[in-house]
Amino acid sequence: MLTLSSISVAFAGRTILHNVDFTLAQGSFCGLIGSNGSGKTTLLRTILGLVKPDRGTVDTGGHEIGYVPQKIQLDPFMPLRARDVVALGLDGNRFGLPLPSAARRRTVDAMLTAVDATGFADRRVGDLSGGQQQRIMIAHALVRRPKLLLLDEPLANLDLRSVAEVVSLLHTLSFEQRITVLLSAHDMNPLLPVMDRIVYLANGSSVSGTVGEVVRGAVLSRLYGYHIDVIRVHGRVLVVAAGGEDGLDADIACEPVHVTQIR
Amino acid sequence: MIGAAFFSNGPVQVALIIGGGAALVSAVVGVFTVLRGQSFAGHALADISSAGGSAALLFGIRPLAGFLAMAALGAGGMEAIGARQIRERDLVTGIVLGAGLGVTALLLYLDMTTTSASGAANTVMFGSMFAIAPSTIPLALGVGALALAMTAALYRPLLLIAIDPDLAAIRGIDPRLIGLAHLLVLAIAVALSAMTIGAILSTALLIGPAAAALRLATRPGTAILIAAAIGLCATWGGIALAYDSFYWTPGHGWPVSVFVVMIVLAAYLAAGPLGTALARRRMAGS
Repeated sequence: MLTLSSISVAFAGRTILHNVDFTLAQGSFCGLIGSNGSGKTTLLRTILGLVKPDRGTVDTGGHEIGYVPQKIQLDPFMPLRARDVVALGLDGNRFGLPLPSAARRRTVDAMLTAVDATGFADRRVGDLSGGQQQRIMIAHALVRRPKLLLLDEPLANLDLRSVAEVVSLLHTLSFEQRITVLLSAHDMNPLLPVMDRIVYLANGSSVSGTVGEVVRGAVLSRLYGYHIDVIRVHGRVLVVAAGGEDGLDADIACEPVHVTQIR
Repeated sequence: MIGAAFFSNGPVQVALIIGGGAALVSAVVGVFTVLRGQSFAGHALADISSAGGSAALLFGIRPLAGFLAMAALGAGGMEAIGARQIRERDLVTGIVLGAGLGVTALLLYLDMTTTSASGAANTVMFGSMFAIAPSTIPLALGVGALALAMTAALYRPLLLIAIDPDLAAIRGIDPRLIGLAHLLVLAIAVALSAMTIGAILSTALLIGPAAAALRLATRPGTAILIAAAIGLCATWGGIALAYDSFYWTPGHGWPVSVFVVMIVLAAYLAAGPLGTALARRRMAGS
């Protein structure tokens, strides 16, 4: 479904990604986990073909890809209703004015129903809550029925209830329509119940596998290059860098490597 | 007052046709200009086009041709220097604007010293709605129609890019190419209104109606219709008031531009509270 082979990307001489490899099977739900600046967005943009890798190949099997970009800043006065945003996912690349079409409307309505957005379909997108906007962007990405869906930090800036709703919506869509989902997040905890694969990024390198295989002190210590503890508490995972007792540079030890907060 | 004499007056007819066309094009193009955050670029292109207007006076060519050529050149200049980020884009716009106005200053000086066009600065900067040659009508309506057709063609890609440029890019649309095409349409729009209400005031017809419409509309088509209506009302209303003003202060009338700008301002100020009230009703209804 999706195979990345030794992808390396550098901007202005700075290495962003180094030899990133992983494969996703059809229908898998994969979290792309890493702290801010770890290269998650660059990796997603490379898969989309928006960034040309310096080395390595991306094989999407010729599948069309749905994409939800990071932090869409919708102008509050953007004259678009939620359904207009979904319709633009269908044919926004076409030139000329859209002609009213019953088929187009049916497709958009079906998608709005699939993301449970019929209640606010005719509201201006700028007036919607963060969680509602995220649903609409997911509908925009899926309205052409792609089999691969990439989402960049879709859970950031959402309240806890919206996080749970978006995760459960994505899981349902992935399960029912056999869509492969790859979504980036700096906090893996909301995804633990639903993800069957994880790609963990740090220092431009990656490890991938099941959560059990990857989220282990030994594995992450090798990835980060210094000692990492993985602590499981109350069903949550905390990834923490050990203090200076390992002889780490003070500033490395102080770097907030942990990717979770205790709520 | 306004009567048969108004509509049978030659300069008034030309002003109604060309002014109306300029207002319509500016309002429609303005909606996308505001959405793209390019108000400053629009204003800069108008000011830059004034160099073309002043050159036209100097060389005795059609003013609209001068305005158009210089606005297009300015758009090309902004694109050639290029800028990836909004902040950088503003800097590039400012630099091209400065260069354009420098040329204008020279040309206006030459206009006034070497030709009989003593009112050149006033004409170029603040418009000359009643002094447009009737022979300009075909060119004005032609380029206006071209601008509207291009906007219709770019309609969906422009909206998609306004949501997020990457969403357009993954669907095979080059946001930069679409941006350049829109910049050229913008150049046509401001050249038309620079000739009618003046280079400096053309921003009023470009941004005002669009900004007011965006406070009221929930869909793009409605926003465009509202903006067009405001632009036309302001321009035609302005022409009527300016015509009427010949009776207020005997011997000389007031400039059309003053009235146009005032009506646009009034529409924008009214749109704020009206938009809030409409939004409240929509929220209550859903």
